[in-house]
Amino acid sequence: MREERHSHLAPVLTNLGAWLLAVIWVSPLLYAFWTAFHPASYAARFDLFAPWTLENFERVWHAAPFVRYFANTFMLVTLILACQLVICTLAAYAFTAFPFRGSNVLFMLVLLQLMIMPEVLLVENYRTLNTLNLLDTILGMGLPYLASAFGIFLLRQTFKSIPKELEEAARLEGANALQILWRVFVPIAKPTYIAYALVTVSYHWNNFLWPLVVTNSVDTRPITVGLQVFATVEQGVDWSLVTAATLLSVAPLLIAFLLFQRQFVQSFMRAGIR
Amino acid sequence: MKTSRNVIYGGLLLLPAAVLLWTFTYQPIVATILHSFYSTPRGRRSSVFIGLDHYETMIADPVFWKAVTNNVIYAATTVPLSMGIALAMALFINAKIRGQAAVRMSYFTPTVLPMVAIANIWLFFYAPDYGLIDQILRPFGLGGNNWLGNRETALPALIVITIWKEAGFFMIFYLAALQQISPSLLEAASLEGANAWQRFWRVTFPLLMPTTLFVSINAVIGAFRLVDHVIAMTKGGPDNATTLLLFYIYQVGFGFWDTGYAAALTVVLLVVLMLIAVFQFGYADKRIHYR
Repeated sequence: MREERHSHLAPVLTNLGAWLLAVIWVSPLLYAFWTAFHPASYAARFDLFAPWTLENFERVWHAAPFVRYFANTFMLVTLILACQLVICTLAAYAFTAFPFRGSNVLFMLVLLQLMIMPEVLLVENYRTLNTLNLLDTILGMGLPYLASAFGIFLLRQTFKSIPKELEEAARLEGANALQILWRVFVPIAKPTYIAYALVTVSYHWNNFLWPLVVTNSVDTRPITVGLQVFATVEQGVDWSLVTAATLLSVAPLLIAFLLFQRQFVQSFMRAGIR
Repeated sequence: MKTSRNVIYGGLLLLPAAVLLWTFTYQPIVATILHSFYSTPRGRRSSVFIGLDHYETMIADPVFWKAVTNNVIYAATTVPLSMGIALAMALFINAKIRGQAAVRMSYFTPTVLPMVAIANIWLFFYAPDYGLIDQILRPFGLGGNNWLGNRETALPALIVITIWKEAGFFMIFYLAALQQISPSLLEAASLEGANAWQRFWRVTFPLLMPTTLFVSINAVIGAFRLVDHVIAMTKGGPDNATTLLLFYIYQVGFGFWDTGYAAALTVVLLVVLMLIAVFQFGYADKRIHYR
């Protein structure tokens, strides 16, 4: 009975709460957006009728080598994604199709990397890269991440759900181990690959601490480190510039996210259900 | 015959991953523990075995204890608050509200941004006098706050932005879990006269328990792993009020170049992460079922 009395009020309150939270959540970004598109003199005082300008972006663009930073990030992310897809696929396939004594223990060992990620071990990993003479290189920046426990885990889950009969059928047709992987396992796991790719791309596009430690020059710095170098120099001088630089640096990922919002959210959901 | 074939094929397929994981995860773990017993090489003096000296230094080091305390406070506030908000967000979106896509987008957008970018935006908001927050507070006579420069407010300021960034991410997991709950369970509860409040606490919340455990473990790991905002906003200051453990390791290792001591500090962080792992594999996994 009580239920029915509340039935008109409850949806209104839910909508109100949801929207209030949404406004609170998005307003910092909107304000940053507003600041970046207005002259510096308005940064500290909001005025609805302030003139719009692209000047901040223009100055930022010329003040720091953003093209280079973007190119570095792009190369880093491409390298990591391509290698991860291959390496994790092979490992997940081994765990699924070729179990041997001790392979479960090995899998548990792999999962350790979910807890202890390479950046936690940054002092030792820095030492290793120094020994390999790979400091301040894009390869060195990507190397610790090329084998991903998360990727292996996710793909193993998907591979395990594939019926044995499909594998057997391909074998009877004379396919070898790698052909079975390529023709049976990989096509079925396509949604998992897309989900994993989106998660890993956004992780490494945003990664900061390890690249900060490893890079030392414009030629290798990814956009996150480049932004920080720029902001540290400009800090307290001109907030419009810093905000413009920040928006500029997140623009590619943000635009991609806004365009493919559904896929992003669904991919993160898929990667999250274990 | 089959087993030996499996060993060869499996071994070959695992080789690339094994080499990389050994080089950048297992080997450094072993090396970290080893180096924590050796002095830092300086100039011509190579490192020598010093036993537990670094650990004795650590116990007497007030900055280390400050970092541990800060990190515990940081985890104990960011994890439950961001998860609570995340659950509210997921429930809102699952409740078929108006403009669902727009609402979901505003919850989720901070999550796709890098922490450094978020730190730079919020540096501006937290700026004394002309920052956004002070501008809002000034009409109420509460202006003139140096949020990041004050020992009392600097860590809470970082906690706020962490919650702002992470809640939307955790929401996704709750949303996924909510959509798996069979509506018939909730209908059955309604038929038995349970109101919305009771339905949430007696049906939905218990069914979300595996997700809550899973998310909280990842959130705790995150609280010990992500220090980008500390580097970008406060550098651990003022007076170490915002020094977190990994930031201190970074500072000792790459600011003071005391790699031996940094190794000992890393061992502490590894122990913390191992304890979380033991908890997950030992306790939580009995409830969360991996296939």
